[in-house]
Amino acid sequence: MSTIKVEARDFNLYYGEFQALKNINFKAEENTVTAFIGPSGCGKSTLLRTFNRMNDLIIGVRTEGETLVNGVNVYNKSVNVDDLRKQVGMVFQKPNPFPKSIFENVAFSLRVDGMHDKSIIEEKVVTSLQKAALWEEVKDKLKKSALALSGGQQQRLCIARSLAIEPSILLMDEPASALDPISTAKIEDLIYELKKEYTIVIVTHNMQQAGRVSDNTAFFYMGDLIECDKTTTIFTSPTNIQTQNYITGRFG
Amino acid sequence: MAKIKSSKRINQFIAFNLFRLISFMVVAILFLILGFIIVRGASAISWKFLTTNPIDGMTGGGILPAIVGTLCLVVGSMLFAFPIGVLSGIYINEYLTENWFKKFVRSMTNNLAGVPSIVFGLFGMALFVHDLGFGDSIIAGSLTLGLMVLPIIIRTTEEALKSVDDSLRIGSYALGATKLQTIRRVVLPIATPNIITGLILSVSRVSGETAPILFTVAAYFLPRLPHSIFDQVMALPYHLYVLTTSGTDIEKTRPIAYGTALVLIMIVLIVNIFANLLRRIYNKKLK
Repeated sequence: MSTIKVEARDFNLYYGEFQALKNINFKAEENTVTAFIGPSGCGKSTLLRTFNRMNDLIIGVRTEGETLVNGVNVYNKSVNVDDLRKQVGMVFQKPNPFPKSIFENVAFSLRVDGMHDKSIIEEKVVTSLQKAALWEEVKDKLKKSALALSGGQQQRLCIARSLAIEPSILLMDEPASALDPISTAKIEDLIYELKKEYTIVIVTHNMQQAGRVSDNTAFFYMGDLIECDKTTTIFTSPTNIQTQNYITGRFG
Repeated sequence: MAKIKSSKRINQFIAFNLFRLISFMVVAILFLILGFIIVRGASAISWKFLTTNPIDGMTGGGILPAIVGTLCLVVGSMLFAFPIGVLSGIYINEYLTENWFKKFVRSMTNNLAGVPSIVFGLFGMALFVHDLGFGDSIIAGSLTLGLMVLPIIIRTTEEALKSVDDSLRIGSYALGATKLQTIRRVVLPIATPNIITGLILSVSRVSGETAPILFTVAAYFLPRLPHSIFDQVMALPYHLYVLTTSGTDIEKTRPIAYGTALVLIMIVLIVNIFANLLRRIYNKKLK
């Protein structure tokens, strides 16, 4: 029985008066890839952002119920939000590298965590870039600006950046939607590799991508988690009629 | 490409050339002022002019005390206004939530920026010169000038910080950085060139303002360098005023007045060029 890395229990979230998440119950096991799918505004990104408390940055957010990471409720008083974010990495839809060198981008999370040892930092930067399948392309130009990279490379840099601090969980919010098909394919291959070491939750609008990349899929609609099951099951014989309609393109 | 109707083409032609003309006019005005001052003031400029005291009832000699005085006031006012202004700007933009208080602070800052400089002078005289007992002094003048440019620095800092894309802050938080770390390591480095622009603007204002220093520090005639911050000093804008209107022999001192104006403009220009160089170097580092 493998560990549950990410979990939601009877979780509700309100943006002011509007209820964005309704009684969500969800579990993700270690070293799996879970895809969150559903039409725009269904709450999938909102739930994703709860796992590393990025919703804290939005004013007027209220929650009920529990969200657990590594078995601990993220809203527990004892949880330091900055430490939580070091255990849970996040990659965004639009790549957002800092206007610094490639090296400094990856080293950022290490420095911010208080690491001073130059040789250790260097070592971890190299490892992270290798894990993100970017090392070969940038090894000769680590001091060059990150902004000079292509979109796909920038996104892989952002992935490397979040891997440097060695989280166990990776959250990806439509990581390939702003990229061209070839970069998208590279990212998808990357996710398949990363699965061996990390637990990944990926929000995606692209159902083919969900089918290619994930072990489990969760279908959301209007704040409800309609169905969550093995990806093959969801896409071939879903239990719920709404899931069926979404998969076949009847709406969304 | 489809042919544009000829009337539209004529309109475009007129409009563009009108804009060109206006742009040239703006540049021309700048050169006109510069040229005017240079032509009439160049004759007064010499090494002696820049490094010696005025003599013969200020109809001869140099303007060294005024140059030193102005530099003292620039440094003094910046030491006061720059840290307070930048830190305020950071607090307002990065820490305050969008509510009535933030709007209040912003509107008060704008109001402060609109206060006439002579009113600052009066305030400075009342508070620093009289009530706090500093007397007419560098410190009274610096604090008064500092207050005058404080809103400029706050505003330009705010704008500089606003121009930093929020996605970078979010990315930083997602990596486990605290707010302070995010400001220091991500936001400020990007905003710095524009903050420096605010600094340049303020230095230019401080160098040239006459009214605030009129009753807080400026000396009519003080042919020695200051010993302490409680000393009075001469200053270039006031010296210019004095030479032009109430000197001992106005006709004789006129060329010196133009020379003073030229020195003042040159200081502002040099500061601008230097600060732009700083910005270029900084931007290169970011690339």
